[in-house]
Amino acid sequence: MISMGDITKYFHRGSINEILALEGVSLDVKKGDFITIIGSNGAGKSTLLNCLAGCFPPDSGSISVDEKDVTAWPEHKRAGFIGRVFQNPLLGTCASLTIEQNLALAARRGKAHGIGLGVKGRDREHFREELQHVKLGLEDRLKDKVGLLSGGQRQALTMLMAVMVRPEVLLLDEHTAALDPKTANQILDLTEMIVSEQNLTTLMVTHNMQQALRMGNRLVMMHRAKIILDVEGEEKRNLTVEDLIARFYTVRGEEFSQDRMLLV
Amino acid sequence: MTWYAFSGALEQGFAYGLMVLGVYLTFRILDFPDLTVDGSLPLGAAVSAVAITKGIDPYISLLLALAAGFVAGMVTGILNTKFKILHLLASILTMIALYSINIRIMGRPNMTLLGKSTILDPFYARGMEASIAAPILFGGISLLAVGFLMWFLHTEVGLAILATGDNKQMITSQGVNTHNVIIFGVGLSNALVALSGAMICQNQGAADVNMGVGTIVAGLASVIIGETVVGDRSIKRAVIAALMGSIIYRLAIAFALGLKLGKFSFSPSDLNLVTALLVVAALTLPKVRQRLRI
Repeated sequence: MISMGDITKYFHRGSINEILALEGVSLDVKKGDFITIIGSNGAGKSTLLNCLAGCFPPDSGSISVDEKDVTAWPEHKRAGFIGRVFQNPLLGTCASLTIEQNLALAARRGKAHGIGLGVKGRDREHFREELQHVKLGLEDRLKDKVGLLSGGQRQALTMLMAVMVRPEVLLLDEHTAALDPKTANQILDLTEMIVSEQNLTTLMVTHNMQQALRMGNRLVMMHRAKIILDVEGEEKRNLTVEDLIARFYTVRGEEFSQDRMLLV
Repeated sequence: MTWYAFSGALEQGFAYGLMVLGVYLTFRILDFPDLTVDGSLPLGAAVSAVAITKGIDPYISLLLALAAGFVAGMVTGILNTKFKILHLLASILTMIALYSINIRIMGRPNMTLLGKSTILDPFYARGMEASIAAPILFGGISLLAVGFLMWFLHTEVGLAILATGDNKQMITSQGVNTHNVIIFGVGLSNALVALSGAMICQNQGAADVNMGVGTIVAGLASVIIGETVVGDRSIKRAVIAALMGSIIYRLAIAFALGLKLGKFSFSPSDLNLVTALLVVAALTLPKVRQRLRI
């Protein structure tokens, strides 16, 4: 369904700070895939997600969704089929707007904005139901400003907003990394519930190998701007943390020996 | 303060109130410090004055001023979003350019409306005095603008504008093109400012290319005073606060100008100092209050 073909992306190209963030990365996402993406810092995990979301154009390569080439689409246009939750809980919601205003904006994702009232009476009932369903205890606080909520509550709200209009693909960029362990687990449970209920195609970046193994039907490991492991189904279910670590060190080991050979 | 000074401050507070609403829209809602207003205020005055001398109805001339201000604001918005020029610099560029454009529009640096019809004529025709007619008319127009903004900021587009000023990443990932929102928002703001300029010009009977100098500072002072006195807990309250701030600001200026301490009295050229002190007072007052509570 989503196809990223031979994507290369440099940051600060031609300067002394040049970073190769993605090097010929190709990824085919099938409808209904729940892919967890792991890798060390700077491996290119977030860059991959941001590239798909349209935050920047790739230096080379192409992205297509349902056979449609979206490589040149700007971020706001791609938002029509993408739902996103960010690492920073403050990024996904507007602090100065009320809960119902945030939800109203999410309910119009990818649609034109007119001069009708932003939050209509019949919306409120719908919002209340949605909030009740995710058990945040926010259903009676529709008129509270989002700035009053905790990081965990804001992240849960962002989660809800990302799927208010059913997205073709849900992008989760380490969306539990900034939360305390208990809250992080709640958000993960919420993620599993929402994704399985709506059978959403999902890409989830995480630092946590256990999370990556526990969730999803497919696992992608990145290292130094490349995908070094891509397993799914039965093979993924049988993976253990030890396997992942072993695999990771094999790749690094090879590089290490190559470096040694250069020196010799 | 005499009744005459009071009514004068009131009509100025209302007439400049539209400008303050415009400044509130950019400065507070869009988080876009917009200096275009120093140029779009005289732009509105110039367009209105020229239109009236060409025989166009004074009320229609207000609409022309409104449109001209909108275009000026859009230019700033486009410079900022499409050409990636820092918002402050983009607005200064438009402001500087407007100086030349305003003189081109009028054909000279200033023009009077002596003997021409103005929006106040229907009131004079009923035998009303200027000191009563002007506050009523300008009060009516600025209250309409307050009502419009309160409604508009609660519409779908309004929410998108609020969100753009608060969190660009969030609203972009909800599918809104923030460039268009900024261009439209700064346009709307300057439309209000130009309308304000047109009303002031008709009230004082002259348009002058330099009448916009210091508009942004007066606007900011009014916004901050309003927030301090009236508060900004909700959008509705904040919009009312902007208009109230404008009135309080003009009253404070009138009070300062009428003040006599022995041989000392303020002159109009002291206005800038008074304004600066007012802003400092408005900014520090909440902190002082907080400290006293403890």
